Amino acid sequence: MKGYISEHPILKFERGRKVKFYFEDKELEGYEGQPIAAALHASGIKVLRYSERYNRPRGFFCAVGKCSSCLMEVDGRPNVMVCMEPLKEGMRVYRQKGKGKLK
Amino acid sequence: MTNPDICVIGGGPAGLEAAIVARELGAQVLIIDDNPVLGGQLIKQTHKFFGSKEHYCGVRGINIARILTQKVSELKIETINPATVIGYYDDDSIGVLQQDRLFAIKAKRYIFATGATENMLAFENSDLPGVYGAGAVQTLMNVYGVIPGKRALVVGSGNIGLIVSYQLLQAGVEVAGIVEILDKVGGYYVHAAKIKRAGVPIYLRHTIVEARGKEAVESALITQVDDNFKPIKGTEKIIECDIILIAIGLSPLCDLLYQAGCRIQYIPELGGNVPVHNEDMMTSRPHIFVCGDLASIEEASTAMLEGRIAGANAFQAIFGKNDKAKAIIEEAKSELATIRNSPFEQRIIKGKTKFKQG
Ligand SMILES: Cc1cc2nc3c(=O)[nH]c(=O)nc-3n(C[C@H](O)[C@H](O)[C@H](O)COP(=O)(O)OP(=O)(O)OC[C@H]3O[C@@H](n4cnc5c(N)ncnc54)[C@H](O)[C@@H]3O)c2cc1C
Repeated sequence: MKGYISEHPILKFERGRKVKFYFEDKELEGYEGQPIAAALHASGIKVLRYSERYNRPRGFFCAVGKCSSCLMEVDGRPNVMVCMEPLKEGMRVYRQKGKGKLK
Repeated sequence: MTNPDICVIGGGPAGLEAAIVARELGAQVLIIDDNPVLGGQLIKQTHKFFGSKEHYCGVRGINIARILTQKVSELKIETINPATVIGYYDDDSIGVLQQDRLFAIKAKRYIFATGATENMLAFENSDLPGVYGAGAVQTLMNVYGVIPGKRALVVGSGNIGLIVSYQLLQAGVEVAGIVEILDKVGGYYVHAAKIKRAGVPIYLRHTIVEARGKEAVESALITQVDDNFKPIKGTEKIIECDIILIAIGLSPLCDLLYQAGCRIQYIPELGGNVPVHNEDMMTSRPHIFVCGDLASIEEASTAMLEGRIAGANAFQAIFGKNDKAKAIIEEAKSELATIRNSPFEQRIIKGKTKFKQG
């Protein structure tokens, strides 16, 4: 798939099966079980949310569940740390605005 | 879930060694880690490790992780992962969040081995998507096989900055350069030489002043600095890049130790705020032990040795003095002393004595 390393001198990548999911209602493809943020980055999406006060675009920073820069709305739940949350078939992922809304 | 004798929080090299030692001595041990695979930092390291021969020198980090994980499963050590320890409570239990399930665990002794978190750097637009921690980019490309970008600028020429630059090249990403504010490269000569051979420029006495781009990084503005690290006007240079990696250091992850009421002290040599601990890796609260990057930002070999000391001491604290445990502790302490006496690591010895004065 585009966006992924196909050949590496040292590493072999074990990936889950290909699944479809939705980002801002647009259909995308990713590998099951990988973090949502990895699937989005591979699809060229770096802006994950807009900041509370100044509405500035934000992406991830640490990618290991420590910094909270990557909070998104996933299947109706706000504040999901997408650098850690495993991708599942059919997930609906939205950019979060500010603190997000409970649905 | 039965409550274990010893609960190890963090499954990097420090935590895994601690768990292995405590289990081998006879304790019932539980490891909790927030990643799908154990190994901590090691699972992203494709390079052959430096360190002493006894401690996997020359073995790639990813393979050290495999060896340790194999031992954990051979010893049938119980592990809960991915799961995050989210709090330490007044009754000395910890809260564990596993997917949507939150539950408490109460162990007789705790060994915290949570490692460290990457430091951020303030510059204009440093919150722009595409400004990533160097470790974050490693995770993305070496664990998940995602192409992190087309052209990268790396800030910081310590070992992490140098190694990640090399790993970027391995993954087929162009490295536009490494920016270093000091007048010399921070990391080991071997790593710097590899980078220079690959034709990557290292901008000494330079810093980043701005990330540019509309919704994500499109370029970076760097500039030369004077003796006081202030930008020199007229030396600005624009570097085309779509990712900027921040590799300026790590800080111990001691949030849970604050909650547990352990004394924390600021010791720059050890990486900032660290839990106060003695030679036996015991904190100011006797049933809580620490080891690895959480106790001092160092390297995998020292993290593993501290893990062995913590594991054996936690065992003895529950089951009483034991000759085998004593031998493990003495051996690990003497190996640590040898490693830390090298010209590079004097700062750790200096830092660790500062607790006594505190
Ligand atoms: C690019 C790079 C290159 C390096 N090269 C070398 C080298 O060549 N030689 C060498 O000796 N060292 C090297 N190191 C350093 C070495 O990797 C670290 O010193 C070592 O991994 C520290 O081990 P640790 O177990 O203390 O922490 P870590 O390896 O960071 O492990 C900590 C673990 O705890 C988990 N955790 C944290 N908080 C929680 C929580 N609340 N709940 C559950 N789990 C949690 C973390 O996610 C992680 O899995 C390198 C480091 C980097 C970044």
